[in-house]
This record gives sequence, structure tokens and C-alpha cells, in this order.
Amino acid sequence: MQLDYKDFFIILPLTILIAWACVLLLADLFIPKERKGITAFLAALGLVVVLGFTIAQTGHQGTSFNGMVILDGFSIFTSSLILLSGLLGIALAYGYIKRMGLERGEYYTLMLFSVTGMMLMTQASDLIIVFLALELLSIPLYVLAAFARPDLRSEEAGLKYFLLGAFATGFIVYGTALVFGATGTTSLSIIFGASPSLLLTIGSALLLIGFGFKVAAVPFHMWTPDVYQGSPTAVTAFMASGAKIAGFAALWRVFATAFPTPSVDITEVLWVLAAITMIVGNLTAISQTNIKRMLAYSSIAHAGYILMAFVPYGNKEVMPVSIAAGLFYLFSYVVTNFGVWGVVIALEKFEGAGLGISDYAGLAKKYPALAAAMTVFMLSLIGFPPTLGMVGKFYLFRAVIAGGYSGLAIIGVLTSLVSAYYYLRIVVNMYMREGDPVIERETWLDITTAVTAIATVGLSFFPQWLFLLAGSATLKWF
Amino acid sequence: MEFLLQPLTLLTFFPLMGVLVILFMKSDAKNAIRWVAMATTLITFGISLWVLTLFTSSNPDLQLEARYAWINVAGWNIYYYLAVDGLSILLVLLTAFLTPISVLSTWTAVEDRVKDFMIFFLLLEVGMMGVFLAQDLFLFYIFWEFTLVPMYFLIGLWGGPRRIYAAVKFFLYTMAGSILMLLAIIWLGNQGKTFSLPELIAQGGIPENVQMWLFIAFAAAFAIKVPMWPLHSWLPDAHVEAPTAGSVILAGVLLKMGTYGFLRFNIPLFPSATLQSAPWIALLATIGIIYGAAVSYAQADVKKLVAYSSVSHLGFVMLGLFALNAQGISGAILQMVNHGLSTGALFLLIGMVYEQTHTREIKVYGGLWKIMPVFGTIMLISALSSMGLPGLNGFVGEFTILLGAFGSKAIGSPWYAGISAIGVIMAAIYILYMFQKMFLGPAGEITRAHNLRDLNWREILTVAPLLAFMFWIGLYPAPFFNLMAPAVEKLLIGY
Repeated sequence: MQLDYKDFFIILPLTILIAWACVLLLADLFIPKERKGITAFLAALGLVVVLGFTIAQTGHQGTSFNGMVILDGFSIFTSSLILLSGLLGIALAYGYIKRMGLERGEYYTLMLFSVTGMMLMTQASDLIIVFLALELLSIPLYVLAAFARPDLRSEEAGLKYFLLGAFATGFIVYGTALVFGATGTTSLSIIFGASPSLLLTIGSALLLIGFGFKVAAVPFHMWTPDVYQGSPTAVTAFMASGAKIAGFAALWRVFATAFPTPSVDITEVLWVLAAITMIVGNLTAISQTNIKRMLAYSSIAHAGYILMAFVPYGNKEVMPVSIAAGLFYLFSYVVTNFGVWGVVIALEKFEGAGLGISDYAGLAKKYPALAAAMTVFMLSLIGFPPTLGMVGKFYLFRAVIAGGYSGLAIIGVLTSLVSAYYYLRIVVNMYMREGDPVIERETWLDITTAVTAIATVGLSFFPQWLFLLAGSATLKWF
Repeated sequence: MEFLLQPLTLLTFFPLMGVLVILFMKSDAKNAIRWVAMATTLITFGISLWVLTLFTSSNPDLQLEARYAWINVAGWNIYYYLAVDGLSILLVLLTAFLTPISVLSTWTAVEDRVKDFMIFFLLLEVGMMGVFLAQDLFLFYIFWEFTLVPMYFLIGLWGGPRRIYAAVKFFLYTMAGSILMLLAIIWLGNQGKTFSLPELIAQGGIPENVQMWLFIAFAAAFAIKVPMWPLHSWLPDAHVEAPTAGSVILAGVLLKMGTYGFLRFNIPLFPSATLQSAPWIALLATIGIIYGAAVSYAQADVKKLVAYSSVSHLGFVMLGLFALNAQGISGAILQMVNHGLSTGALFLLIGMVYEQTHTREIKVYGGLWKIMPVFGTIMLISALSSMGLPGLNGFVGEFTILLGAFGSKAIGSPWYAGISAIGVIMAAIYILYMFQKMFLGPAGEITRAHNLRDLNWREILTVAPLLAFMFWIGLYPAPFFNLMAPAVEKLLIGY
């Protein structure tokens, strides 16, 4: 096999990023302990440069390494979103890990490795690469989850995430093996043409379970609340969006481009998965008193909405709409999500104090801007105008209804009614109850919260370009 | 620039100018903030009058259209599309008219967080205007849902002791209906490849079995808002806990969004489902009329009494709408305005005495008229208007509605109108009972305990415009009917 420059062009951004991560790992040794902020800036710089390269690839398409990796609009969109998550994740972590006494240079390096894995995931067009990318993105996340050692909750979170994550990877590997057994290949474009067989269906079902773990779909969500709660909050914020984007990117890529054949059976399974994910996520969130746990269940619920739009994926007409809607929603989720976690970080104190929902009482009187931002995020998560979350949900429901699954759409809207109850509880606490909260202010945190809040409202009035981007980044059948 | 200078765009979004100014004012400059809010709402009212002069009442179609492609990519034909016609012009005027009055009523009643209050109030006005003017389903949905947010804060922040419960209940109840409407909107948009209401109406041809489901989905949102029996249980809570200005807007405008929704969407979009469901809606409306009146009589809290009377009055509006003839519908539109005027006045007046006594229990009052003669007189006029005394506005509306409902082919039986007429008598009973207990007879404990003063000039100025319209509509309603007649006729072409 002859490799030429074009092969490298296709993976150029992630090559730069992983090289930069390795350089940073070494450079960090020479950065004095009290000035680890430099590492953060260097890491962010790397992400910005790579984001530039990724966006510069717009319009290019192709596969390389014998069809193992692919470059297309879909990968560029999701990679950019992942890089954006990385940047926002660093902005949130910068002050937080300093304040919590966790500031070690590896933090940022591990994030870069994880981002690289996520980007590779979006470009994978072979099940082996999916596996490779999954490991590359997950292992740094396991370490990051336990980063607050010797805090027991953080260690527990790391271990739990590791064990269950490894378990999920096992499903993916086994599924890959069965698919290989059925078709004789791991390449997505060749699997596409395979004739239907029981083995293929079982293999794809196992893959679905594996991805279900990663995106936290019920009943594979058990790890989510504990890991979200135990991990340092800045890690949770990054994990909640980055890992979700990568998980969905893989799910969409693999199922939309390789498994239209077993879609008859898979669609019904997806229907049930989406429905119980929305129901369980939203209903369990009601009873939470810790905001990190509540947001964990909320993130499960949102995975359910995105899955819901993907149910009609076997329908050739609707599938691109499903994925475009999902991409749009992921964008709005990322923006809102980092804003919410920014507010959570502002209120968090040592030893997990300041994380109760009751700790938000009286926030509006003392810090009106922060409370207003949080209100915007809550409205966006409910799917209320004028926020990006509303436009996103509109898009998702449109895909489901176009696919003819009105029953599922009704479950979707009813569960978002349930979600209004627990999101509003935070608004009630902030505005309508008395309290005396103290917040930690830090420039990058303030900037992140302000920018995401403004974007959440502002972009809801001008979503055209995002529609266009998501629409052109969608997947098509081979 | 051309976009901003459209009369309807200006009318909808002008209150945002006030929001912008208030945002940069110090929160302890309370009076200045009140003046800015007052000026903003008055100018908005001025713009609405300008719109009225531009409006051609003989034209049955949508007028003063502002239409721009908004999200026009990837098969999403979403337009920024505002327009007004005879069905909505009166409600637009009512909204612009009631908002400054409500602002005036808060002058001394709201002392806490005046800045936030006015911001939410002005945002609410934007939402309400948008609801009555939007002609694109997506745009309409945004405005419709958006009105919930400021109202939620108005109840939850400035309300009575159970305000949090009332605010959350209001929010969730209303949202429950509107999310079903959202699905129906998406279905229509998918099917018709457009979200523009006039185009969807022109396309028609929605299969009958689907029509019923869509009708129900839209009706769920609107019936909760109206509220129709048995979906009314959020209303008394919201009304009792809301601050006075909130109650006025809630009763005066927000409830009309429900009845307007039926008029604007259900009736023209789903003709066969409308015909099928007309008797059922008439039945629910009749139950609502009698039930609301009966429950009103049993209330000990005067604000709750007025709140339940809204259930009864809005029942008349629904009955008129689904009579599906010119009399019924034009009576219903007029009655929407009437209810806004008289119930708005009642809430304002109750708020004025509450500000002095801090109680709303009927039985502790008594003999108020002797001590507060001006207040008593104005209250009597408003009460009589609310119960439909000939010569005042309420009579014209209810009479026209009953006339329409008697002869309605769609409802199919004169019995609904006949039973509803009993509601008019019951209204007289509970209103006069309330008036007698509070204003006549020996002075009650509260009346004696407080050194009550009569209304001051500001308070009289607040209610006087409402009284003027009560007499005007009661004595000479023709100009109001003329505004809507061609549009109503056009609406009924399909029936």
C-alpha cells in the first residue's frame, strides 16, 4: 500500500493535536509548579490551531489508510464541536483546579489526548478504528475522573467509570467480532452491502449496547450519576459534552452508513431505548437534591431526545434529517451545558459543599447576572423560547414526526414537561427563596458563562447558518 | 431599517426599547423606572392607534403584512410574518390599552424590585403582541411560549403567600397544553412544507382522521389557556396569588390568547373537525358557564370570586365561537374585549382596596360605600358591566352570543344557549351578593379597623378609561362590530 500526502492531510488536525499533546507532556516538566497556568494556555493554543486546521478542511472529502479513516462534512462538524468543548473545558478548569488544589500539568495534557481520541472517533470508518478511538478517548477520561485523589468520591468515580467503560468496550469488541464473522470485514462501507443475517443483527445490537454505555442511554446509564457527581466538576463538564458527541458520532456513523440492513429490527430496539431513556432520565432527576446528580440525569434524558430523533434511521429520506437534527441539538447542548456547569463551579466549595439545589436559594438577589444566565440555561434545557434548546428540540421532533413515530414524539414532549418541573425548581430557588450564597469569581469562568448565555439566546434568533452547517454535515448512504 | 419601521414590527417590539433603558437604570430610582415603563407602554398604545388608522375595516384579509424569510434553509420555510385582520385588531388594541393601565396601577402597589417588575412586564407585552400578530406557526409558538416566562416571574416574585405553588402550577399546566400543540405544528409544517398560516389554510386537504388529532392537540393548548372546564384549576391559584397588575393582564389578555387561538387556528385550519366537535365544545362551555357561576357564589375571597367568574364568562366566548355563525363569532370577539375591560376593572378595584386593608375576605368588609363613595360607584358600574346589564358592554356581547348560539346549526340544539342564559342570571346573583356584602349594610370589622381613604386621582385615572369603554360599547357597539365583520364573514365561508 502506498501512502501519500493525501492520507496525512485527512488526519492532519488530529496528528498535530497528538504531537502537541506529547510535546506538552514534556514541556510541562519544565514549567514551575506555581505557574501551571502556562500549560493551560499552551493546551488551549493547540486546540485553537487545530480548530483552525479542521475548519480549513471544509469542503474536502476522502478516505485514507485503505478506507480506515474518512474525512467529510460530518467529521469536520463533530470534530469542531469537540474542539470547542475542549476549549470551554479548559476555560472552566483553569480556575477550578487551582482553587481545589488539583493543579497539575497532566490535567490539560490528558484532556488533549482525550480530544484526539474523540476526533478520531468522528473520522473512523472501520470498526477497528472505532475501537482504537474509543480507548484513546476513554482512558484519559478515567484518569481525569479520579483526578481529585485522594478524595474517595473521585477515586470511586474513576474506578467505576473505568470498570463499566471497559465492560462497554467489551461489547463493542465482541460486536465487531460478530459483524466480522457475518460479513468478513470491519470496513463500514463494505458491511453496508452485506446480506442480512442473524449474526449481523446480533453484532449490531452488541455495538448498540456499547455506544449506549458511552452516550449514557438507559438501561446502560448506571455509571452516569456516580461518575458525574464524583469527578471534579470541570471534568464532568467536559465529559458530559465531549464523550457524548463522540459517542453519538460513532453511533450515527456506524449505524447510518453500515447497518441499514438490520434497521428493521434495530429500529424497534432504538424506539424502546429512546423512550425509556427519556422517561427514566427525567423522572429520576426530579428526586435529586444534588445538582451534579440532577444534571447527570438530565444529561441522560437529553441523550434520550437525541436517540429519539435517530429512531427512523432506516428510512433513507428521513435519516439525513435525523442526523442533522442531532448535530444541531448537540451544538445547542454543548453551549448550554458548559454554561450550566460554569454556574455550578461558581457555587461549588471544598469537599462537595455548595452543590445542593437548596444552595441556590437567594442567588438572584445577590448575583442577578449569574442567576439570569442560569435561568437562560434552564429554559434552554427545558426547550423554551427564546433559547437555542427550543430550536433544537423543534428540529428533533420534526425528524421523529417526519419518520412517522408520533407516539415516540408524544413521549418526548410529555417527558420534557416533567423536566420543566425540576429545572424550574432551580429557578424557584434562585429567585423566590431567601438565602445567602457565596460564589467564587474568576475571569475565565465569568467569560464562559457570559458567552454561553448570550450565545444560547442570541443564536436562537439567527439559527440559519447552523441549520445550513448541520444540514450539509449530515451523513448519506454509501 | 425597512424591517424595523414596519408598523406591526414596531408595535410588537417597541416595549424592548423600554427594557433596554430600564436595564441601565439604577434599581433604587424607582419613580424614574415607573415613568420610563409608563412612557414606553403609552407610546406602544400610540403605535397601536396608528395601526388602527392604517387598518382598512372593509378589507377581510390580513393587512399591514411584515413578511421576511427567517429560517429558510434545508426545507424549513419559516418566515418572520406579522399581520393583522379584523379577528385580531381589537385584541391588539386591548393589549396595548390594558398594559399602561396596569403599569399605572402598580405605582404604589409594587415597591419591591420595581426594576425587575417593569422589565418582566414589558417583556410580557412583547410576547402578547406577538401572539396576536404572528401568522407563522413557528413564530406564533415562540411568542406563545415566551409569554409564560415573564408571567411566571410576575406571579412567583410579587405574588401572595402561595405564589411559588401558583407560579409553577401555572407554568406546567400551560406548558402541558402547548407541547402537544408543538407536535401538531411540526406535523403541519412537515406536511405542508411551510409554517405560514394563510398558506396552510389555503392548502387545506388534511385527511379527516388526522384533522381530529390535530384539532385536539391545538385545542389542548388553547383550552387550558382559556381555561375551559375541566382544565381551569390553575386559574384561581394564579389569579389569587398574582399581583394586581398581573391579574389584570392575566384575565384581560392572556386568557384571550386561548380563545383567539381557537378562532385563528382551529376553526380555519380544521373545518371538518371543528364541525364535529362543535356540540362537544358547546357542552363543555355550558358546563363551564354554570359551574363557574356556581363556584363563584361560594367563594369567601373576592379575588377568587372574580377568577371563577372568568371561567363562566370565557365559557360564553367559547359558546359563541363554536356557534360558527356571524353573530356568535362577532359576539365572542366583542365579549373577549368586554371581559378584559370589566374583569380588568374589577381586579384593579379589588387591588386598590387590598392595598389599604391587606385582606380579600368578603365577609370582613361591609359598608364600604359610605366611606368610599367614589370607589363604590365605580365598583358598581364595573360589577354591573360584568354581569351584563343592558346599556353596558357585557350585555351586548352576551346577548349577541346567545342569539348566535340559539340559531346555530353547528351546535345543533338551542338547549345549550338556553341553559347558558341561566348563567347570566347566576352572574347577577353572585356579583350583587358580593357587592351587597362588601359595600352595603353596617360597616364590617375591617372597614372599621382601617382609616380607609377613597380613591385618589391616580386610581381614578387608572379605571376611568375602562369605564368610558364600558359605556361606549354598551351604548354604541357598531364601530366595534364594523371592525371585525368582513373578517368574520370570510372566516365563515367554509362553513
